[in-house]
Amino acid sequence: MALRITASCVNCWACAPLCPSDAIRAARPHFQIDPGRCSECAGDYEEAQCASICPIEGAILDACGVPLNPPGSLTGIPPERLAAARAEIQAR
Amino acid sequence: MQPTGLNAKTATMNLTGSRSATTTAGHEKRPELPESIRARVANHPCFSEDAHHHYARIHVAVAPACNIQCHYCNRKYDCSNESRPGVVSELLTPAQAVRKVLAVAEAIPQLSVVGIAGPGDALANPERTFETFRLLREQAPDLRLCVSTNGLALPEWVDELAGDQVEHVTITLNAIDPEIGARIYPWIFWRHRRVRGRRAAEILIEQQLLGLERLVARGALVKVNSVLIPGVNDAHLPEVSRAIRERGAFLHNIMPLIARPEHGTFFGLMGQREPSETELGALRERCAGDMRLMSHCRQCRADAVGLLGEDRGAEFSLERIEQLEIDPVAAMARRAEARAAIEAERARARSAPTVVSVPLSALLTKPRAQAPEPPVRRLAVASRDGRLVDEHFGAVTEFWIYAISAQGASFIERRPIDRYCSGEASCGAGEERLARTLRALADCEAVLCARIGFAPWGALEAAGILPSGEHALEPVESALAAVYAELNAAASGAQAAAALSA
Ligand code: SF4
Ligand code: SF4
Repeated sequence: MALRITASCVNCWACAPLCPSDAIRAARPHFQIDPGRCSECAGDYEEAQCASICPIEGAILDACGVPLNPPGSLTGIPPERLAAARAEIQAR
Repeated sequence: MQPTGLNAKTATMNLTGSRSATTTAGHEKRPELPESIRARVANHPCFSEDAHHHYARIHVAVAPACNIQCHYCNRKYDCSNESRPGVVSELLTPAQAVRKVLAVAEAIPQLSVVGIAGPGDALANPERTFETFRLLREQAPDLRLCVSTNGLALPEWVDELAGDQVEHVTITLNAIDPEIGARIYPWIFWRHRRVRGRRAAEILIEQQLLGLERLVARGALVKVNSVLIPGVNDAHLPEVSRAIRERGAFLHNIMPLIARPEHGTFFGLMGQREPSETELGALRERCAGDMRLMSHCRQCRADAVGLLGEDRGAEFSLERIEQLEIDPVAAMARRAEARAAIEAERARARSAPTVVSVPLSALLTKPRAQAPEPPVRRLAVASRDGRLVDEHFGAVTEFWIYAISAQGASFIERRPIDRYCSGEASCGAGEERLARTLRALADCEAVLCARIGFAPWGALEAAGILPSGEHALEPVESALAAVYAELNAAASGAQAAAALSA
């Protein structure tokens, strides 16, 4: 069982030093979790450390591929508002 | 590990209770800075109005991670407000950062300050931040070090900061009331968990104030930055100001919120408005202990190089500095020479007459008996150095703003017209320079410049601002007096006309 980092990662380094299993690598184009090392923090912390500090919604997925920080959960911006604003800006 | 000395409840009680009430009167007096502090800020370009004309600073982007989320920040572009880490181009390792500092210090011997402000939070990246400071202490011990932080991790690093002789610390503190804080910070990362809501704001505020107290106890100079968010913390900021001054912060810098939909921030997308110049000015006046020290802040980018407002970052890209040969000892000697020359020049300038307070009574036409005293008016001047009206309106990057009354002119600030836009990433698409200029001058009644084009002339008039090109190359003080008299005459003429037609 391991978490996974997606392409929306902004390489902010917040997660890497917190990982108790030294499983996170500063790879390119984005950070990566070594699935062989990741323990999902079991035995060390109640909450997966990487997913608890990551500022980007959707950047970290659980073992089933579900985002641990879904849209709107970190910024408080409702996804519909974000989509509407994007469309608005593109139409300018 | 975390100290729990101050709990949020007592902090709140102290702040809203008798302690703040007793200091209100003292605060209104706007005390001058103590001599000891004056001396220490004297050649710091970010703190001293005068020093920033002469000395340079560099921010190195070594700290990418952040431990909180602010509603004015979008980590996809990095933070877009305080310290603008947003537009940092290159993340540096500590070794690269030190190389860059040495290269810049060699090319710009006026360099006096090295800061770490992002792109995340300096103290959320302690290894990188303190490694950078340690190397700088070894290789360029004459440079002063400073950090900017949101304060969450501050209390635990105070000793380390003092050990590295980091003299200047800036804390971004937008509220001391957790209810208000909860409307600014959606979450913090605290003791291995993501904490949200009011509790998050409570912890953050407690750490910020504790960090401030500990720093002051260790003799550090602490500045507080607050982002003015209309409808959220505007009415609250004077209270913040009192609380931080009581704890020994020497300067409170109030910065306008920057929030546009295209920044992708919560405030930008949810339609939170930015403050006007008038609101900002009014609040700064209420919160200021010493206006001259705070009002020239440029909200520089986290990797800004050079004199404030003059960004030379591109000259020192990583590739270029790798190729430079640097002799740190010789460079330090040149910096010492440059400093001596600057101080000699400043001493000379200090003994020359200044424009800060000029009695205008001699220049004004004598008011008729019983005529009401003319009001205080704000005027903007396009000037290179504040001595002559010598800039073209279209070429100005910042205006010199003065308040004039019958008693004289007092200098308020140098106001950059791009305060709301100092980097491509933050620049509103299609927003015209002229519109920005008009917005920056909204509280002024006239603009004095050496020359001005036809279109801006019309736009200024339409906006109710008198354009004046008549005093080109005249000394600022006499030009201000003349335009002030002209405005007063126009006002009394209008009054007389109204009285006639009534
Ligand atoms: S879940 Fe825990 S162990 Fe796995 S990568 Fe994240 S921090 Fe490391
Ligand atoms: S915290 Fe999130 S965005 Fe930052 S490096 Fe880790 S996965 Fe990427």
